[in-house]
Amino acid sequence: MLELTVYGIILGSIIALGAIGITLIAHISRMFDFAYGDKMTAGAYIALLVSTLFSMGGLLQGKVGPFSFNWGLMVAFIPAILITAGLSILFNRWVYEPLRRRGAIPILFAMVSMGIAFALRGLIYILWGADYHFYSPSVRPMIFLPLGIKLRTDEVFIMVVAWALVALIYLFLTRVKMGKALRAVADNPDLARIAGISTERMIVWTEGIAGALAAVGGVLYGIETQLRPEMGWLFLLPLFAAAILGSLGSIRGALVGGLVMGIAQQVSTAWLLPTYKPAVAFIIMVLVLLFRPQGIFGRR
Amino acid sequence: MTILGVEDVVSGYGSMEVLHGLSLKVEEGQVVCLLGPNGAGKTTLLRTIFGILRPWKGKIYFKGEDISGFPPERLVRMGMAYVPQEYNIFPSLTVQENLEMGAFIREDDIGPRMEEVYELFPDLADRRKSRAGELSGGMRQMLAIGRALMLNPELLLLDEISTGLAPFLVDAIFERIEQLNEQGVTVFLVEQNAPKALQSSDRAYILEGGEKKAEGSAQEIAEDEEIGRLYLGR
Repeated sequence: MLELTVYGIILGSIIALGAIGITLIAHISRMFDFAYGDKMTAGAYIALLVSTLFSMGGLLQGKVGPFSFNWGLMVAFIPAILITAGLSILFNRWVYEPLRRRGAIPILFAMVSMGIAFALRGLIYILWGADYHFYSPSVRPMIFLPLGIKLRTDEVFIMVVAWALVALIYLFLTRVKMGKALRAVADNPDLARIAGISTERMIVWTEGIAGALAAVGGVLYGIETQLRPEMGWLFLLPLFAAAILGSLGSIRGALVGGLVMGIAQQVSTAWLLPTYKPAVAFIIMVLVLLFRPQGIFGRR
Repeated sequence: MTILGVEDVVSGYGSMEVLHGLSLKVEEGQVVCLLGPNGAGKTTLLRTIFGILRPWKGKIYFKGEDISGFPPERLVRMGMAYVPQEYNIFPSLTVQENLEMGAFIREDDIGPRMEEVYELFPDLADRRKSRAGELSGGMRQMLAIGRALMLNPELLLLDEISTGLAPFLVDAIFERIEQLNEQGVTVFLVEQNAPKALQSSDRAYILEGGEKKAEGSAQEIAEDEEIGRLYLGR
């Protein structure tokens, strides 16, 4: 049980990253991005592509410290982040921005993002096929903690990276002028415009940041499990559940929501088959929507 | 010199025409008020001047330049600021952050200006770190004005800034407006509280049904019994 909770925190850290991305988009771009999970997949596969290229060239093949993956993958984080963030910004530029200018209804944004999700996934099927892929074929070293908890060294890496990123985002939003402006747009877009803050420019920032978070989340998830074209799509439900649980719009909420979702899903496997994990996420989401639609931290 | 000129402006929402060809002028250094009953189109006019709505017809001039259809982002840079009647603060940001956002377009040090604003509204200085959403109604209005002042605007547009406030707060707000005006800020304000607004203004316009019904010095308007009876509910 304790062990499952620890695994839940690890999974929850990745969920939290994605939930923060979804939350930012929901509150600043004012839409539900159903392509978010597939952006995570895209990030994971871009990293796979780059690290495969490195290994074909025999470059950066040394293992990183006690972890299962090599330096090639570490470097591959950078193009994964840049390309995924770039794609998010381009989708916004080519698709969402024209829709906003035309005053399209919200459901249209959801449908279009769903379309982008299918397109991204289709592309990944074409390029890599439906098979599983691993970043590293080697065994995954373990460490043994007190109370009989076994942990992969990789999972320590995942936690450190995820939490460092969450801290970074938090500092950005509370200490940096651009971050404060993002919160201002989330708070009151009309007033932000009156103050001379361009909403469209803030949306570009949001898409970039959320895209970068998706890429990191995707690669981390790939390290934890394995890569497959559906990985992000299936991850979308816990992401939304976490974001809603944490009252859409609050970073702290998304973080707590992510952890709760991660722990709930992992602990449920003590009684249920792991196949039911998405159902657990879904039930929590429905319960929250029914009884506390404003989320844990929401005020209304 | 005329700082703001509105010429034959027609504007509205969707297909509903609210302003039917309105003209008025605001001279530099004055306080000018726009009075009239609910639904007269006062807010619509401010929103059209500030580029939130596009004029359907007519022209708007600011400091001699045709600004019809300029977006708010651009007008802010030219020295115009606008305080809407409602939703005029960022509730989840702190008082200090609200003021910082008021100066978003400035790249230089905004510290000195912020201290000036705090000097004008000392109550805000004591609540720097409070979330704006936790402030009382009067403090919110002070913060809303403070935010608009962060860029040292030459022209300040105020939309019913005193509505819903206790009389002593209304007095305090108008005192600040006069103080600002003495510092050289031109003020164009929309008001429900006609007596108070006329007391603080140099000129006044009366608007009803999207048309100008009267104009004159604030004193003339205040003393005109017919205008008072017809449009100001006296």
